[in-house]
Amino acid sequence: MVVSVRDTDWDGVRLHVVTGKGGTGKTTVAAALALALACDGRRVLLMEVEGRQGIAQLFDVPPLPYEERRVAVAPAQDGRPGGDVFALAVDPQSAMIDYLEMFYNLRQAGRALTKLGVLDFATTIAPGLSDVLLTGKAAEAVRRKSGGSPVYGAVVMDAPPTGRIGRFLNVTSEVSGLAKVGPIRGHADTVQNVIRSPQTVVHFVTLLEEMPVQETLDGIAELREISAGEIRPGGIFVNMTRPGAAELADRGDGDRQADMLSLALKAAGLGDDPDLAADLAAELSDEERTARAQQAQRRLLDAPGQPCYELPLISDGIDLAGLYRLAAELRGQGAA
Amino acid sequence: MTAHPTPLAVDQLIDDRRTRIIVCCGSGGVGKTTIAASVGLRAAERGRHVVVLTVDPARRLAQSMGLTSLDNTPRQVSGIQPDDPDAPGSMHAMMLDMKRTFDEIVEAHADPDRAAQILANPFYQSLSSSFAGTQEYMAMEKLGQLRRADEWDLIVVDTPPSRSALDFLDAPQRLSRFLDGRLLRLLVAPAKFGGRTGLKMFNVGFGMVTGVVTKIIGGQLLRDVQTFVSAMDTMFGGFRERAEYTYRLLRAPGTAFLVIAAPEHDALREASYFVERLEQDEMPLAGLILNRVHESPADRLSAARSLAAAESLQGSRGGDPTGLGEVALRLHAERMRRIGSEQRLAQRFTTAHPLVPVATILAQPDDVHDLAGLRAIGSAFGANS
Repeated sequence: MVVSVRDTDWDGVRLHVVTGKGGTGKTTVAAALALALACDGRRVLLMEVEGRQGIAQLFDVPPLPYEERRVAVAPAQDGRPGGDVFALAVDPQSAMIDYLEMFYNLRQAGRALTKLGVLDFATTIAPGLSDVLLTGKAAEAVRRKSGGSPVYGAVVMDAPPTGRIGRFLNVTSEVSGLAKVGPIRGHADTVQNVIRSPQTVVHFVTLLEEMPVQETLDGIAELREISAGEIRPGGIFVNMTRPGAAELADRGDGDRQADMLSLALKAAGLGDDPDLAADLAAELSDEERTARAQQAQRRLLDAPGQPCYELPLISDGIDLAGLYRLAAELRGQGAA
Repeated sequence: MTAHPTPLAVDQLIDDRRTRIIVCCGSGGVGKTTIAASVGLRAAERGRHVVVLTVDPARRLAQSMGLTSLDNTPRQVSGIQPDDPDAPGSMHAMMLDMKRTFDEIVEAHADPDRAAQILANPFYQSLSSSFAGTQEYMAMEKLGQLRRADEWDLIVVDTPPSRSALDFLDAPQRLSRFLDGRLLRLLVAPAKFGGRTGLKMFNVGFGMVTGVVTKIIGGQLLRDVQTFVSAMDTMFGGFRERAEYTYRLLRAPGTAFLVIAAPEHDALREASYFVERLEQDEMPLAGLILNRVHESPADRLSAARSLAAAESLQGSRGGDPTGLGEVALRLHAERMRRIGSEQRLAQRFTTAHPLVPVATILAQPDDVHDLAGLRAIGSAFGANS
């Protein structure tokens, strides 16, 4: 395993769980984080659990099967080659077949049971069972070793949205309705040991808007409460921020702006449009209102005392180049 | 070639008394709840008697409509300003409580003893509060109830914040299929089928199935499920019938779907899926509302020219001593790029779905949390048509 020579905010963390309200760009941030982590030469596994094939779309590859596949290579750093990013789309049924094979050597039976709809039934009917299987797959990837050293330096999970994250991760209590002893219970305990260790953190992705910020704060409080501090909140990733917006919020002199802009436009050779200064001033005041509203939301995010990272809006849509740019941002800010 | 969508005439839709149900759907984070509330408010101020069913509103938006708790009861919204004082409308709003809605169905269909038994069952409790799809099912159920109550002449529904917009259509059937399912019944009551010939062989395999299921989910849960199923036995058909009733309601004349999207790649892709699905299911699509669209009063200055001008000001502080000009030009360039990208995405949607009418709502600098804000959005519907 390659040991990082840089200090990052999450040294020692092996499982990065990424959550966020719908529409905040959770999958994008998870992917960028995986790339950033791989920059040290580590092999990183990026997992998705909601059957959306969001990773495949992001990396522009065909839909992922239930199989770990290489989707990207991190850029080289300081002359050292970047590590590989593998991706895996997990679904409860395949995880169940895996599980049956691991514990009962029942792969064939697992297939037959799938045909009968039994596995769908079991994962549907048993509260928390799907969650144990999905988090279990992540825990297994974290613990997996080859020749005595871990196969993956880090695992990044694109997890369910903030509203469900507490339940999703609080595995043991969720399956308490299931067998008190026995295989699933034992499995849940193993998973819980990984999730409630300093090896695991839960990152929150948000926008500077009221609802996502509220959900982030509620989510962090919920995790602390349900686990007595054992499930650790990680960073807050403020996504889609806009350049210049922060400084704008402090600039308040509205009336003089049109005059100042008029002079500046002349200096820039745009003086022949007499209305342009007024129109840009109107646009600026609109931007200022947005920036002030966003700053108010940004201040709220300081309350939990977690590290905050800011990721710029990529206005042309996210592609691989955009992901690399976000990954570089994350490294620059110490998230990886 | 540039495709121009037909403008979506929201006013015409809400003024038409034959419109009884408007379903607002779309992926999460696109402002669905706000749009549903604005449509409701505008309809009420234009004389309709409206109830808005919301699922997960932002706190301050809920407060703006006078909703302080999730209590499953329509509350009258005060502060409606009728356009025509001689024909005033009204607006009620409610937040869905899915567990209570489920409990009410049980209470309505079972005698008190049996109902109490079901409500106390651990399996029922997790099913009614956390089964994926229960929220969608209960939203549909509530819609059906509101429609049957016939106290309002227009119902505006905000759909649950599903992972995918399609979940709203599929989840209710999934839940009823599940509750109604052969496997569930076989598993919990194999004895019922045992006497019939031809099933003996099945029963052998069946022993293995129950064995594995017990191993996986545990005997206690299976017993809870058995008790639940036998207590609910008389209600199962009812579940399917109810789901089918609301599904028919959604296809009936008088229902209109509004698909909401933000001008972003993922949201518009979901919107496309939804539009295709509605066509396939012959459900009445009224159109697309493109929310949070940006525009500029200075759009004659392109991104490239604005950026070049900003660069020419950089450093030389002669005409721009405070740097304001440079900041404004850079922000304008960024905004023009964003507008360009939004227009390309909207264009792509319209090329794929040329017949779908579109209304555009501009991005608001602040979050909406009062009736005035909702009204401002509503007036954009008027400007569109």
